[in-house]
Amino acid sequence: MSQFQEKTQIIRIERFASDIVRLTLDSPDITSLAQPGQFVMVRTGNSNDPLLRRPFSISQTSNGKHFQILFKVVGRGTSLLAHCREGEYLSILGPLGQGFRVDCQRTHCLVGGGMGIAPLLFLGKYLSRKCTSNPPLVILGARTREELDPLVNDFNELGLSVHSATDDGTLGHHGLVTDVLKGLDLGPNCQAYVCGPHPMMAAVHLLCKDRGYACQVSMETSMACGMGACLGCIVPVERGGYAHACCDGPVFDAKELLWQVK
Amino acid sequence: MASQVNGVDLRVSIGTLSLRNPVMTASGTFGYAREFMPYVNLHRLGAVVVKGISLEPRSGNPPPRIVETSAGMLNAIGLENVGVERFISDKMASLQGIPVPVFVNILGDTLDEYKEIAARLAGVQGVSGIEVNISCPNVKKGGVAFGTVPEMAAAVTSAVKAESTVPVVVKLSPNVTDISAIARSVEDAGADAVSLINTLIGMAIDSRSRRPRLANVIGGLSGPAIKPVALRMVYQVAQAVSIPVIGIGGIETAEDVVEFMLAGATAVQIGTANFVNPRASEDAVEGLAHYVAEQKLGSVRELIGGLILP
Repeated sequence: MSQFQEKTQIIRIERFASDIVRLTLDSPDITSLAQPGQFVMVRTGNSNDPLLRRPFSISQTSNGKHFQILFKVVGRGTSLLAHCREGEYLSILGPLGQGFRVDCQRTHCLVGGGMGIAPLLFLGKYLSRKCTSNPPLVILGARTREELDPLVNDFNELGLSVHSATDDGTLGHHGLVTDVLKGLDLGPNCQAYVCGPHPMMAAVHLLCKDRGYACQVSMETSMACGMGACLGCIVPVERGGYAHACCDGPVFDAKELLWQVK
Repeated sequence: MASQVNGVDLRVSIGTLSLRNPVMTASGTFGYAREFMPYVNLHRLGAVVVKGISLEPRSGNPPPRIVETSAGMLNAIGLENVGVERFISDKMASLQGIPVPVFVNILGDTLDEYKEIAARLAGVQGVSGIEVNISCPNVKKGGVAFGTVPEMAAAVTSAVKAESTVPVVVKLSPNVTDISAIARSVEDAGADAVSLINTLIGMAIDSRSRRPRLANVIGGLSGPAIKPVALRMVYQVAQAVSIPVIGIGGIETAEDVVEFMLAGATAVQIGTANFVNPRASEDAVEGLAHYVAEQKLGSVRELIGGLILP
């Protein structure tokens, strides 16, 4: 598996809502190899504090040269990244992990929540080009219109229509993505691809299990290295013990995981 | 020729083993070396130490297992590993092909377990040395007792030495009253070298949820935050024993390597820094060659214990 450690230049910074940032990075090596569902490890600065890299899903690639990461400012690492300037360089490792597995014979449904929408955009683009006979159905949820609108537009630009849901009802359905999913008949041959908050993924997994849909989820965990050395990024699996999100995942078949639904 | 980076002599010896240079990678931070091949020219390193192996496979602790702290990290992995049988059948096969000496880190709950793992590894092709973990602070019934009592530490050392045909390094715990006393006891028991320090026991709490940030509550602190403590302990131990000391703790750069060698280390291990910069070990070797040339030293060995006191 080819991976790179690259100094990549930030060529665009976009800010959506007050705390959501999208960086476009110039990285031919990583971009040309990246598969939907894979991620990168980003160093947030040059100092020892914060020390560790942060994992981000690759949210989009273009021209085999540029890729994007999308994140919410939640702590010091993401805050430092949010305050970077265009033209600055970031140290990136990637592309890492096992991405989404695609079978064009199936009907596809993408279900994303919040920042979990990021890897689904990359997947949506891939599916719309690779599986041209059956474009994916897309369901996206977020807190507010402000947060969701730019992402819906990105899918629209790919020629994909979106079922939206927001917590405050400012865009689309007032409520959860699972409400929207319940109201749709996707047929027995459906493959769902899900990324978002853990409770949302658990709910979608259960719904898919009920209806006999296949379901792949992209898991987010804390990790130190992203390449199978630290063993910090575990997720409990159905057969007992743990899998490692960085190299067994981050994308898993939902039925292989142990869902401790509270 | 990594022992002669730009014509500079970087060779050091650990027991009967000669290393190209003093830079090793620390157990649990470098996987089984293969993971780092995209980033590091392994033949440039002094040695690699692989993840600790126990007699039976261990699934490790529940998540969360790691948390970032100021200039460091806490881990409570719980010694997750495939067990010695699968290590020999699966992992060793790929390690045999790598162009760098491999130390296998071993751990156990009883003297007999240490003895048995050492016996299983004896004569396995590709094992250049053994590092005995007597100090892992992450497992409730782990090696804590061995690492904190001089007689127990000596007993483990003797047991492993009796089974081994390769150099045996004993990795010391910093969570003790007098690390020099432990070092002397393992030296007397026949250790070929000591490596120190293992992680310092620490914890982190989330003030909002009022819960510990690690599922295991406590974990091992590593990274730049622990370097001054590690340096001090290496300095003390190097004066207490005459076997080689391998310095570990917060080492990231060639400057750090030099500091540890001046304090008395013959070699060093780079750990947490591998996560931040996968090339850290190779970068350190290059920087060290640069330093030795710049200082016009005959060899890197002139640095060992070369601290100039006030």
